[in-house]
Amino acid sequence: MVLAADDTLRLDANAVDYTLVVAYFAVVLLIGLAARRRVSDSLDFFLSGRSLPAWVTGLAFISANLGAVEIIGMSANGAQFGMATFHYFWIGAVPAMLFLGIVMMPFYYGSKVRSVPEFMRRRFGTGAHLVNALSFALAQLLIAGINLYLLATVVNALLGWPLWLGLLVAAAIVLSYITLGGLSAAIYNEVLQFFVIVAALLPLTLIGLHRVGGIGGLVDKIEATTGGDEQLRSWPGTGLSAIDNPVLSVIGIVFGLGFVLSFGYWTTNFVEVQRAMATKSLSAARSTPIIGSFPKMFVPFIVIVPGMIAAVLIPAISEPKASGGTVDYNNSILMLMETVLPNGLLGVAIAGLLAAFMAGMAANISAFNTVFSYDLWQQYVKKDRPDGYYLMVGRLATVGATVLAIFTAIIASGYSNLMDYLQTLFGFFNAPLFATFILGMFWKKMTPTAGWVGLVSGTLAAVAVAFLSEDAFGSASIGVLGLSGQGASFVAAGAAFVVDIAVSVVVTMVTAPKPVSELVGLVYSETPKELRTDPEAHLLPWYQSPTKLAGISLVLVIILNVIFR
Amino acid sequence: MSTAHGQAGADRPESGTSTQKHTAGAYDVRTVISGLIGFYGIVLTIMGLVADNADDRAKTGDWNANLWAGIVMIVIAVAFALWLFLRPVVVDPVALEKEKSEGTSDGSDVTPH
Repeated sequence: MVLAADDTLRLDANAVDYTLVVAYFAVVLLIGLAARRRVSDSLDFFLSGRSLPAWVTGLAFISANLGAVEIIGMSANGAQFGMATFHYFWIGAVPAMLFLGIVMMPFYYGSKVRSVPEFMRRRFGTGAHLVNALSFALAQLLIAGINLYLLATVVNALLGWPLWLGLLVAAAIVLSYITLGGLSAAIYNEVLQFFVIVAALLPLTLIGLHRVGGIGGLVDKIEATTGGDEQLRSWPGTGLSAIDNPVLSVIGIVFGLGFVLSFGYWTTNFVEVQRAMATKSLSAARSTPIIGSFPKMFVPFIVIVPGMIAAVLIPAISEPKASGGTVDYNNSILMLMETVLPNGLLGVAIAGLLAAFMAGMAANISAFNTVFSYDLWQQYVKKDRPDGYYLMVGRLATVGATVLAIFTAIIASGYSNLMDYLQTLFGFFNAPLFATFILGMFWKKMTPTAGWVGLVSGTLAAVAVAFLSEDAFGSASIGVLGLSGQGASFVAAGAAFVVDIAVSVVVTMVTAPKPVSELVGLVYSETPKELRTDPEAHLLPWYQSPTKLAGISLVLVIILNVIFR
Repeated sequence: MSTAHGQAGADRPESGTSTQKHTAGAYDVRTVISGLIGFYGIVLTIMGLVADNADDRAKTGDWNANLWAGIVMIVIAVAFALWLFLRPVVVDPVALEKEKSEGTSDGSDVTPH
């Protein structure tokens, strides 16, 4: 049980650790203030960001995703399932990032579409827009709850405050962080955050490995545990997917995780896409996710491996894991920090984690805020008010969302492995969105009615699978289908995708499409080729050519898959 | 620099008239990285030198982890500082004005939908 962790986990931070944490937040604050002043002598802070190299946008691109959920969730997954967790990176991220760079980015760049609800409104009209905006707002609130819960966990481990107090304090901190303008300097903070996280996790991994006797020692110790052999192989990943049949497990991972969930996440996630849009040319925009894929494929070594180490080194995890008791895997990385990091490095690690949690939650809250004030309030409740009115609505929405996140955090606290929960949410929200988006983008006949009906039926299909599974809704699931854990969310996502496509096709057959003239820039075939290509692309050296870099990335990720099969 | 276009502007600052160009200076993200990681490195190195004790050694498996991590961080901070010194990012005020008139967002302050 999660709340019981109060008794066992206590990070023994001293004054030096707190100094390092405070230093980080002082820097973030200064960046925020500088961004707010928009800076001296005609050198605009933001615009100078435009002349930053692609490595910066590439790092910001993966840093926006390397948040709390990823660090805590993936290390928890590593502790529970071992190497199969690598799939989340090598199957579940890199191919989709390359697809985004090669196929989607030219379309985004050329069509000037700036957000998914905007695309939905222009391509399908009001129905799909409303459905999408509502489901997006709800998803952001639920995910903000996960970040808030994790933040409260760290506060709890540091200071020993009970969860509810930690939640309130953490919510107050995030609220002030957003108000202080930390978000306007988002790219800077994200790049900085990436380095702090690496500075925290790399020593943690190395010291942890040293403690268990190096890589050989880790392998020996995991092999000695029950079912340890399977934890050292990534395929067929039956533990991860909880699908006993290896063939079906591979299909579940490749189709559910690798295709629907990951393509849905990366190609429709405009937090990520906007990082790429900040570059100067189409080639640079295409390069951004592709450059990001290189660090991304090595991140698991400093995120999953610590989880695997924690699972053999720390008795509080290894003993119940061996005896089949309930384990709270979410604390794996915190426990490892407590066990192996001396004061000093501990401070760096806490700074890195707090940074990741706050940035993640701030991103969720401000995303909610934008969609709420402009896509929902302005569109459907009060039109044609002055800008100041919507700014005020946005501020109130921020406060409201933070308060609501306290309640969604309580939902999140009920899951012993947060990845189960998160992937379930992605199955509900991202998978149908991806299906409608990709179909609407490539099939000009698809009708406005099909847009919203497809979205709704896709989500309902995913909810139905989760309800029929063994545990995706906790005790509310009735267990008719023999699916549990992340396998249930892979199948739910697959069902959402298939149902969405099928329903959209059927509905399109019986309703009227939009005239082709209204689809310019919204459907691939109707978007002029000049808008989708970079005239100077052939002048670039190989290390700046998106397609060549993507090829190298693909080869590397295949090699990694073969080595760690 | 991510494009051939941009390279002329930033990686080879000598190619333009220097009076018209500003370097990003303190606002270059590398300054911030170098500063913070350098500060962490110095604090950790001092911790490794003066506060190394048996408890910490037991935690790390007899490594002076603070010292080594601190030294590596200092090296990285120096490397960033050198890179910054050798290849400053230069902002072209003409392009800057042009972009200003087109709108000021680079996307970093835009939130997702």
